Amino acid sequence: MTDRPSGPLSRRAWLTTTSGVVAAGLLKTQADAMRLDAREAPSEGRALESQAPPDPTSIPGRLVSELGSRAPAEQPRRLLRAQAISSSSRTPLEDLMGIMTPADLHFERHHGGVPDIRVEDHELLVHGMVERPMVFRMSDLRRYPQVSRIHFIECSGNGGGAYARDRMPTEITPQALDGLLSTSEWTGVPVSTIFREVGVRPGASWVLAEGADAAVLARSVPLEKMMDDAVLAYGQNGEAIRPEQGYPLRLTLPGWEGNTQVKWLRRLEISDRPTMTREETSKYTDPLEGGRARQFSFTMDAKSLITFPAYPYVLPDPGWWEIRGLAWTGRGRIDRVEVSTDRGRSWVQAELQPPVLPKCTVRFRHLWNWDGRETVILSRAVDETGYVQPTVEQLWEARGERTSYHQNHQRAWRISRNGEVTFGLGELV
Amino acid sequence: MRARCGVLVAGVIFGLVACSPDEEAASRGPVSGAPAVPSGSTAAESDDRGDLVQPHALPEGAPERFAFGVEASPARVAAWDIDVKPDGEGLPPGQGTVAEGEVVYQTHCVACHGLTGVEGPNDRLVGTAPWRDWPTDRAVGNYWPYATTLYDYIRRAMPQTTPGTLSADETYAVIAYLLHLNEVVPAGAVMDAEALPAVTMPARDRFVRDDRRGGAEVR
Repeated sequence: MTDRPSGPLSRRAWLTTTSGVVAAGLLKTQADAMRLDAREAPSEGRALESQAPPDPTSIPGRLVSELGSRAPAEQPRRLLRAQAISSSSRTPLEDLMGIMTPADLHFERHHGGVPDIRVEDHELLVHGMVERPMVFRMSDLRRYPQVSRIHFIECSGNGGGAYARDRMPTEITPQALDGLLSTSEWTGVPVSTIFREVGVRPGASWVLAEGADAAVLARSVPLEKMMDDAVLAYGQNGEAIRPEQGYPLRLTLPGWEGNTQVKWLRRLEISDRPTMTREETSKYTDPLEGGRARQFSFTMDAKSLITFPAYPYVLPDPGWWEIRGLAWTGRGRIDRVEVSTDRGRSWVQAELQPPVLPKCTVRFRHLWNWDGRETVILSRAVDETGYVQPTVEQLWEARGERTSYHQNHQRAWRISRNGEVTFGLGELV
Repeated sequence: MRARCGVLVAGVIFGLVACSPDEEAASRGPVSGAPAVPSGSTAAESDDRGDLVQPHALPEGAPERFAFGVEASPARVAAWDIDVKPDGEGLPPGQGTVAEGEVVYQTHCVACHGLTGVEGPNDRLVGTAPWRDWPTDRAVGNYWPYATTLYDYIRRAMPQTTPGTLSADETYAVIAYLLHLNEVVPAGAVMDAEALPAVTMPARDRFVRDDRRGGAEVR
């Protein structure tokens, strides 16, 4: 924040604008003007904040508005991979606190773009090995008894950028490395409730879930999972699901790879065998040593990531710093998270921030008195099955060095003597 | 908005006709490692609700059925039931040759997949050597385990900017061409609903089920 005085025009813009679009346009212009007389070009956020009066108690503030907005200085953004029909964007993990992901920052992975769907026209067809094939409109689905649960969704390709021994990155942010991870409260109707309506026939064992996007993306899901904790979700963090997350309806399969949690869901076909779609054969299968590939690797194994300190942060001085991060597992609850501040030689247990929910992220913290010497800090999660987040060497040993998907190995950050933080796994292998 | 009780019988009959679990169970039962679900019942027994897969409990006092939503007619199901399974279920009538497929490929596919299916910029389609590296070496000929997946995928998602626009004949043809480029079928091959599921893909036996189970062991 600067103490630069603000002119009456900018103040009026704040007061009279109720449209965020208009406000952004006006203020961007002012921000650009500010840049003309500023030696260093400030970020847009800081430039906007400089419009604030020197003493906010000296003048009445803005009036109520129909839709809130972030503080001008706080402008987290998703990181886009490419402007292509099949693309992704990543959640800014290092900008977030707690475990919840604001809905507009939830990561995206689409194979055919984000469809525009009229909610009143959307229908879910449930058929196959059932007593009664049925069609449900959104108004029907919303009328069924409702559940709401907090779960992470992670793309199984998340973290693949730090696996190859000869391409280990250094200048990579938590967002760029692991931002295909988000956590939301999902609200909807259990799949089991809908399957009770249609009557699943004996011998059924698989369900094809299919989306209404241009890719008509489809995955085969074991019936057992559908009857266990699958939810047809229409709510996300208290409001209707965002279009990027599947509006008006998506499948949620807690703890399973994101690709199976089909968005824009329009069809469930109950069957006795998998369809072997492209997404479960050509993609989302994990090559192993010996020319084999692991198929239907649904569950996301335990993982943790320090989100602070992390690249590109620079610790300005030694002393007390709180190491913060996220841990999660698709196999239940995180049991504990351990942190090392000495390159993995010794480990201490981090504090977990309650609640520790199943198949959900948990925030961990560890208070650290940095002595100013170069080191590497790491974290490792242990889940309730006793599974310990492996080292990258362990994954190389188990699966080979050219596998893809499910790369949940321990992450590391190198702290240099001048406080610069870089991705540090390359230091250890 | 409401289920019609009178359609219940039709729904049951449709279920038997469309799914016929008995006929198929021996040849295409759940692949190994499939989840444990009730099995071994006959179609006749399945009319007994006691044999149906039971969902977890609803709130106390919930009715046997809520019946929000409507029954789906066979025509309604057929309109959306586009998936193709490895045994060929779901394949439509039609046929196409390798030569016809080359024309389809050069018209609709070449811009994204390259002149010979290896150049990109999008996914590599042709590869005959055993794959080693991700992602450049993996393609239809050395990684895709089922030829039917080509029909399922092309019909649902390709061409990328105009998905769903190829006719059945065009789809069979371009599949024949791709399989030929991958040295899976000869130049004279004709693909149709019988021939496609009969194709044995080179990578058919490469795939193993997920053996990760949590616990101490890293897999």
